[in-house]
Amino acid sequence: MLLISCPNCGPRDETEFHYGGQAHVAYPESPNDLTDREWAEYLFYRENTKGTFAERWVHSTGCRQWFNMLRDTVTYEIHSIYGMGQPRPELQASAASAGASKSDPTQPGEFTQSGDFGQASAPGLAPGATAPTATTPISSEGV
Amino acid sequence: MAETATPAETAHVDRVRGARRSPAEHLADAFTSGSVPGTVTLTEIPYQAMVGLRVDRTSDAGARVASVTGGLPAACGDVTGTGSVNTLWLGPTEFMVVAPEEAHDSLGGSLVSDLTTALGNDAGQVVDLSANRTTFELSGSHARAVLEKTCALDLHPRVFKAGTAVSTELAHIPVMLWKTSDETYRIFPRASFADFLGRWLLDAMREYASPEVP
Ligand SMILES: [Zn+2]
Repeated sequence: MLLISCPNCGPRDETEFHYGGQAHVAYPESPNDLTDREWAEYLFYRENTKGTFAERWVHSTGCRQWFNMLRDTVTYEIHSIYGMGQPRPELQASAASAGASKSDPTQPGEFTQSGDFGQASAPGLAPGATAPTATTPISSEGV
Repeated sequence: MAETATPAETAHVDRVRGARRSPAEHLADAFTSGSVPGTVTLTEIPYQAMVGLRVDRTSDAGARVASVTGGLPAACGDVTGTGSVNTLWLGPTEFMVVAPEEAHDSLGGSLVSDLTTALGNDAGQVVDLSANRTTFELSGSHARAVLEKTCALDLHPRVFKAGTAVSTELAHIPVMLWKTSDETYRIFPRASFADFLGRWLLDAMREYASPEVP
């Protein structure tokens, strides 16, 4: 059971809250300009972070207000709770380095989604933003 | 208004009263027999008038609404009002007004229409929620012990003081819990949960009818 500190109501049991998924997924400025693929990526594709993750929660049994939370998906440690519309806060140096090593994609066994559907470096798919370029396939010819 | 009611209006009010069934009416005898006088008692206070408010309390409309309710609470736990009309904090811009049934417009009162007039065309809502919830009153020296069997909040008087109301969970269902005095709690479950919560509380109260095991 997580004990979550609602910004309005103070610490309450996790059962009073509902999870709202990844935070900072901006609504496209010009949805009509998006291709079906870009629209689908905006609607359905989210990071699957192992480590510090910015996510939305709502205090559904209490004040019914939304807020953002920085939570470690491995340890469940809650690093920060901040308001809707506020930018993702920087973590303290010690926590940040611990989080960085956890989410380092070069570590074996780690999986971070950073291909066509990933939003690792740019949360939300801004309209007109170039889609992440796929790694050029390495041809086996001539090897 | 009641003092100027015509015979037709009085007849209408009588019809309204006669047609009502409260959510825990069928448990009234069980509440009486399950109560332990002086230790813990449970009663239903049916038909209270309740109005849901959505308004920015710092706006002009908020000030007008507050003049009807006798204030709007500023933070979680706060309750405003001094007499029979009280307003509970539900959220930063959401409140619940609780008043005796006579305040309801269908019984000769004017609470809902007064609030609607106060809000005017400004942003917000005034919604008659009188049938949404019923009221249980749990009181006595062991009332807190009964609630502590299910409530995750700290109900110790050093934290949860008389005059405080919160929305939380009891027996896994959402309720408003209002501590009206040192040993008295008013619980507002939704109507459809009243039977479940009433029976749950009776079960939790049962042990206090027997002598305490030393
Ligand atoms: Zn809250």
